Amino acid sequence: MFVPSPQCSPSFRAFTLVMPAVAVGNVGQLAVDLIVSTLNMRRVGFLHTDCLIPMAGNNPYSSDKEDADELHTNAEVYTAEDLKLAVLQIRAPVIQAKSKKFCQLLVSWIKSCGFSRTVVLSSSHAYHRDDQQLRSSPLRYLVTPSMLKLSKDALEELGWSEMERVSAFPGLTEANAEPRLYIPGGGITKGLYTDSCAEDIPLAVLLLFCSEGDNVPDAFALVDHLNSWLHLLDSPGLEATKWKSPPSWSLLFGSGIPPALF
Amino acid sequence: MATFFGEVLSVYSRAVEEDEEDLDENEEDREIRRELEEKREVCLQWNTEVSECLSSGNKLQCSEFILAVGHNATRFVSKYVVSSDNWDTVGHASLWNERNQVIAGQSREESACVFYRQKDNPSVLVCQVNCYIAEDQLFQWTEKVFACIQPRGLSVTVLSDSSVADYQTSDYLSSSSAPFLRSLHTSAFIGQPVCPSLEQPNIVTGLSAAGKTTLTLSNSYFHSNRFSGSERFVKNHL
Repeated sequence: MFVPSPQCSPSFRAFTLVMPAVAVGNVGQLAVDLIVSTLNMRRVGFLHTDCLIPMAGNNPYSSDKEDADELHTNAEVYTAEDLKLAVLQIRAPVIQAKSKKFCQLLVSWIKSCGFSRTVVLSSSHAYHRDDQQLRSSPLRYLVTPSMLKLSKDALEELGWSEMERVSAFPGLTEANAEPRLYIPGGGITKGLYTDSCAEDIPLAVLLLFCSEGDNVPDAFALVDHLNSWLHLLDSPGLEATKWKSPPSWSLLFGSGIPPALF
Repeated sequence: MATFFGEVLSVYSRAVEEDEEDLDENEEDREIRRELEEKREVCLQWNTEVSECLSSGNKLQCSEFILAVGHNATRFVSKYVVSSDNWDTVGHASLWNERNQVIAGQSREESACVFYRQKDNPSVLVCQVNCYIAEDQLFQWTEKVFACIQPRGLSVTVLSDSSVADYQTSDYLSSSSAPFLRSLHTSAFIGQPVCPSLEQPNIVTGLSAAGKTTLTLSNSYFHSNRFSGSERFVKNHL
């Protein structure tokens, strides 16, 4: 599953892993792009799996011509050693019939690497919010029991809202109906979370309610929330840093307009 | 979601399919899933000589592997590369999916995925892929094919094509600027690319991308020529 880059033999023990779920608006993936781009993270390996649709392209974070022609693939791991931070970027949809297998592979990989904690950046359909959720912040979090032990105080201080459990049949009052976790548009988020609970892995989910459209502001909002917890930009020398959009974000909504149109 | 005209439309995401709640699969569901997976398996069939080589634990000796994907690339290779009598058909791949109905008993000549080897120089292999390979079959196709080819000293060139409408550029491209070439290569590639590198934010998908991923991970030499455009295409450095 994990293939290190040539001349790389990374150790992730005690690192924090941040990864996206491919979800509505691709917000988690955009947020991860901001982290990799801003912190100038180094690619240390790839995830080689049949669970993702293949894609390839040149370096999406290239800042100059020298590293522009570096081939990048659909799932890659980056690190910032000084921050003990590892980031997994997923650039393609999960093949639907393989989403369960992908969750299992990820959980197994996370466990074998010995990450101290994992944070999944995700999103959920905004139109599914109930009245209460419409009035509050669009950010939600989830933590596995082992993550709660590590981060209870920090989460209390942040004052975030935990993702609400909802009834299976809204509107039908049934005393026996157990509220359940429902993350519409969240891709493998729920599967990852429940598998991590079962495997006793310290994992947190940070998700944003959003709709498809220009999701760049959503990505900035999510990564700002993450930073208020993990303080990624608080290191010496990075205090005044703003999040840097990668060059791959150019032309998000299409090419130049044909002049003949006017 | 309600529109301005009062219609209620279902909302869809470009990133994820509609959620299917985790339903417990029973044995019948699992059996159906297994049968579907078997039906969608990629099958490689080689000629006797190659089959014997592979079954004795060896791999195909190959220094140059040219993979042509799509109608334009395969027609180009048909006309300018494998048109002479200097090529043997050594194998073909068959696969079933919703857009590619393989007829039982289809001969290798009728197959949409054929492997050729040069008679004068048997270390040169060409593959023409003229069928649709589904997203869940791409990885399998690539892994099975490259598992048969010895990777040491291997150089792979993939030819594929794409519509100029899919090419992202800040300056509008008129139809007269097509066709044109762009390339991607792995870090093991040495030498001069024959055309400019594919600029961000453009990406490749499909079999080209699957090949690139496999070769990047095996640190193999890979060079892809990708040309976009209409019916005309450019004779490349082959």
